[in-house]
Amino acid sequence: MGDWKTITVPAPSSDSKNTSQYTSEKKMSPSSLNMQQVLRLPLPSSKSTHSFFSAFCTEENVEQSISYLNRELTTLGFPSLYAESKGKELNLISILNCMNELLVLQRKNLRAQEDVEMQHLKLGSDMDHLQNCYAKLKEQLEASKREIVGLQERDRQLQCKNRNLHQLLKNEKDEVQKLQNIIASRATQYNHDMKRKEREYNKLKERLHQLVMNKKDKKIAMEVLNYVGRVDGKRGGWRTDKTEARNEEEMYKALLRDYEQCQKQLLVENAELRKVLQQMKKEIISLLPPQKQKPRERSEDGIGPVLSDLEDDVGELNKENMWELSCETVREQLTNSIRNQWRMLKNHVEKLDNQVSRVHSGALTDKDVISREDHELETEKLELEIQHCKEMIKTQQQLLQQQLMSPCDDDTTVLLQDCYLLEERERLQEEWKLFREQKKNFEKERRSFTEAAIRLGLERQAFEEDRGTWLKQQFLSMTCDSKYLENVKTQSATSGSSDQDNHLMNTRSQQKKPRSLSSVPTSAELCQTIQHTPYSSSPCAISNKTTEESKPNQWEEIYREETE
Amino acid sequence: MGMKTHRASCVQYRLIVRDVNTLQILQLYTCLDQIQYVEWSSDSLFILCAMYKRGIVQVWSLEQPDWHCKIDEGSAGLVASCWSPDGRHILNTTEFHLRITVWSLCTKSVSYIKYPKACQQGIAFTKDGHYMALAERRDCKDFISLFVCSDWQLLRHFDTETQDLAGIEWAPNGCVLAVWDTCLEYKILLYSLDGRLLSTYRAYEWSLGIKSIAWSPSSQFLAIGSYDEKVRILNHVTWKKITEFEHPPIIANPKIIVYKEVEKSATVETQKLSFPPTRELASSLFSIPSKYDISQVPMSLQYIKPVADRANPRIGIGTLAFSPDNCFLATKNDNTPNAIWIWDIQKLKLFVVLEQLCTVNSFQWDPRQPRLAICTGNSKVYLWSPAGCVSVQVPMEGDFQVLSLCWHSGGDTMALLSKDNFCLCYLEREEVK
Repeated sequence: MGDWKTITVPAPSSDSKNTSQYTSEKKMSPSSLNMQQVLRLPLPSSKSTHSFFSAFCTEENVEQSISYLNRELTTLGFPSLYAESKGKELNLISILNCMNELLVLQRKNLRAQEDVEMQHLKLGSDMDHLQNCYAKLKEQLEASKREIVGLQERDRQLQCKNRNLHQLLKNEKDEVQKLQNIIASRATQYNHDMKRKEREYNKLKERLHQLVMNKKDKKIAMEVLNYVGRVDGKRGGWRTDKTEARNEEEMYKALLRDYEQCQKQLLVENAELRKVLQQMKKEIISLLPPQKQKPRERSEDGIGPVLSDLEDDVGELNKENMWELSCETVREQLTNSIRNQWRMLKNHVEKLDNQVSRVHSGALTDKDVISREDHELETEKLELEIQHCKEMIKTQQQLLQQQLMSPCDDDTTVLLQDCYLLEERERLQEEWKLFREQKKNFEKERRSFTEAAIRLGLERQAFEEDRGTWLKQQFLSMTCDSKYLENVKTQSATSGSSDQDNHLMNTRSQQKKPRSLSSVPTSAELCQTIQHTPYSSSPCAISNKTTEESKPNQWEEIYREETE
Repeated sequence: MGMKTHRASCVQYRLIVRDVNTLQILQLYTCLDQIQYVEWSSDSLFILCAMYKRGIVQVWSLEQPDWHCKIDEGSAGLVASCWSPDGRHILNTTEFHLRITVWSLCTKSVSYIKYPKACQQGIAFTKDGHYMALAERRDCKDFISLFVCSDWQLLRHFDTETQDLAGIEWAPNGCVLAVWDTCLEYKILLYSLDGRLLSTYRAYEWSLGIKSIAWSPSSQFLAIGSYDEKVRILNHVTWKKITEFEHPPIIANPKIIVYKEVEKSATVETQKLSFPPTRELASSLFSIPSKYDISQVPMSLQYIKPVADRANPRIGIGTLAFSPDNCFLATKNDNTPNAIWIWDIQKLKLFVVLEQLCTVNSFQWDPRQPRLAICTGNSKVYLWSPAGCVSVQVPMEGDFQVLSLCWHSGGDTMALLSKDNFCLCYLEREEVK
């Protein structure tokens, strides 16, 4: 038959799917190509199909095409196209049947294809739909997740609040419990008191009942053996308006006394506190660095001028008078100035602290601050000095010891004995001499005094005797004749100096008060003699009193006479 | 109880007066009935014996044993009796506190004071004896009357803002009167001598309030002990609280000295045992000697939680006392009844805590120096001073329970009282060289 070459012909793309099932590897002549193509081509007949229709079978290859078709159909299960096997006659019926079958098949296939396409579309739309649904659901999921987070947050907050409320509730419950306890205790107290009062009330009722029933009334009386005197020994007084007023007065006096005492104490306390404040102020000022000299350099503080003001203020306030004042302005001034100074001191201390911290951190060295190295150098220097001094002291001590212990000759030792105290001893000896001299002088004076006193005593005695005689004479003359008075006066003799007169005047005064020893020399013997004289001349004393007044004038006259 | 040189004690219906130094019986008086109360007059010349059941008061004179005086209240009855500060008037409180009768020994006259208040401390005399304050209650309101003791003139009469007055007390300077309310209300009022209200102090509301108060001897401080276990101190210048002292059961501050009474282990030497046992041995077997040990701080005291449903519960500061030199304050918290707390007033801090083995019955300061005597109901008396503390055994045969004690005004002698007996304790004065 011919060479069947399989030639794969590129079919139009739209038909490739449909005709793919029919690809078969067959060798076909180029003329039979069209036939194949005709088979593969779909229903819609176009010009190309026409060509294809005619392309498969031409007048030359009818037989071949018929046999080919037959073969194909038989393999597909159709009855053979030939009337009998291996014949050349075609069975028209079978051809028509085959054609019909093929058409039916074609229709079935087309329907299937439609269905498939339909299904495909449906699936596509389903897929779209599902994708949309999926997107929506994803969005919804996100939204709900966010909502969940938000709700969790709210839940947490609410739990917190819940806990707080629980706590508050507990507190309130505790307080309620406490108040209930208090109420309970108060209630028991009230009940107890009530019961007590009720018992007393009952007793009262009983007693009242008793009294009402009892006819014999026990007398209320007091019997006392005798009245007792009052504590102060005075008699009791009536209660009048005057006594009432006096009592009120006493009460107010007592109150005032108490208030005055209180006020005094407070004043004393105030003064002390004020003094303490003043002292504190002074100390604070002394602690502050002297910034008055360079007020411009310390611009940061700006306290230069302020400090100078304060210095003036301090000068003023240090006046003694201001301490005593207790008026508002002074008090305020004082407290304000102390407050300011304290603040300055605080700033200063803070500054120092900062500087120290800076130095510790190894930063710059300020002018005011002594760096550590300098400080250490200084300490080393001081230590050396101290050592040096100590050595010096030791050497000196050794020398001293040597001096004291050095062996010398007897003469020098005798001389050097107590040489350190020589000066003092000489001084002491001088003073002893002086003292002894003074003692001698005193002794002399004393002796002279005693002699004088003895003399005085004797003279006094004599005087007394004379006076006694003179008095007798006067008495006699008074009774006889007044003329003789003058004679008596001239006769009476009083010897002695003015001193003795004075002494006698003194002794006269002594007679009036025999025991007073006001202007008498210290010797004990003298006292005794004077004391004895009044007693010895007692008759004179008695008469003395009667003529006391006339005496002084008469003595004066005698004295005048004597001096003449 | 005792004055300068004598001591009076009563047994049933007999009154015995002894000399303090020798305990020799000087006088013996017989009264008509069982004596309930004995008081010396201020000048120590008279003694009053009150017999409440019979309603009779008998007065005896020390100078003239033959002198006698009998006051019969009759149907009015008698619940209390006391001397006036001048020693010549007797104030009798009749039954049901109907009235107070003032009997004069000088003039045999009688005065009546109506509506006295029936409370813990209704009558108060100033220290100098010039004025008397009396609490009264009329028409459900409290009043205070101030009398001049010399002629019993009513000086002032004013009402107080209290619910139910519980007590009154004069300051030692006689110019301020402290008036405090019932324990249901924490309120203390301070009145001046002329009746003006100086200040009111309330620490808190509703809970139980003031239990006890004490004035300092200089009148500078007023210590108020309350049921909340705290002592509040007011100052006399502003009448405001300057500090409060707490009494917690656990003491933690290491600066506080705590003396704890411990029993000395009794070592009975077998050689000295004899039969029949000697007196000393017998007494030593009855009571175990004790001594004070310094406890380590922190330590906790024995704390008693009282029954909650009883009135007048045993909680709070029940007793307060200032030392005579104004330097110390001794307090007792009824919640820790075995302990006495001593506070330093100059520093306003706790100084010493004494913990006893038994409940403290009473304590009293020596009237002359800062020395505190304590008794706890056993046969010992305890003394504390800033130099230290000591536990002294009372050398009596048998059992001598010291129930209360009382110092002599001179400060060298102390009377220890048990139920039926008493004994005198003489303290040696330190020689100043």
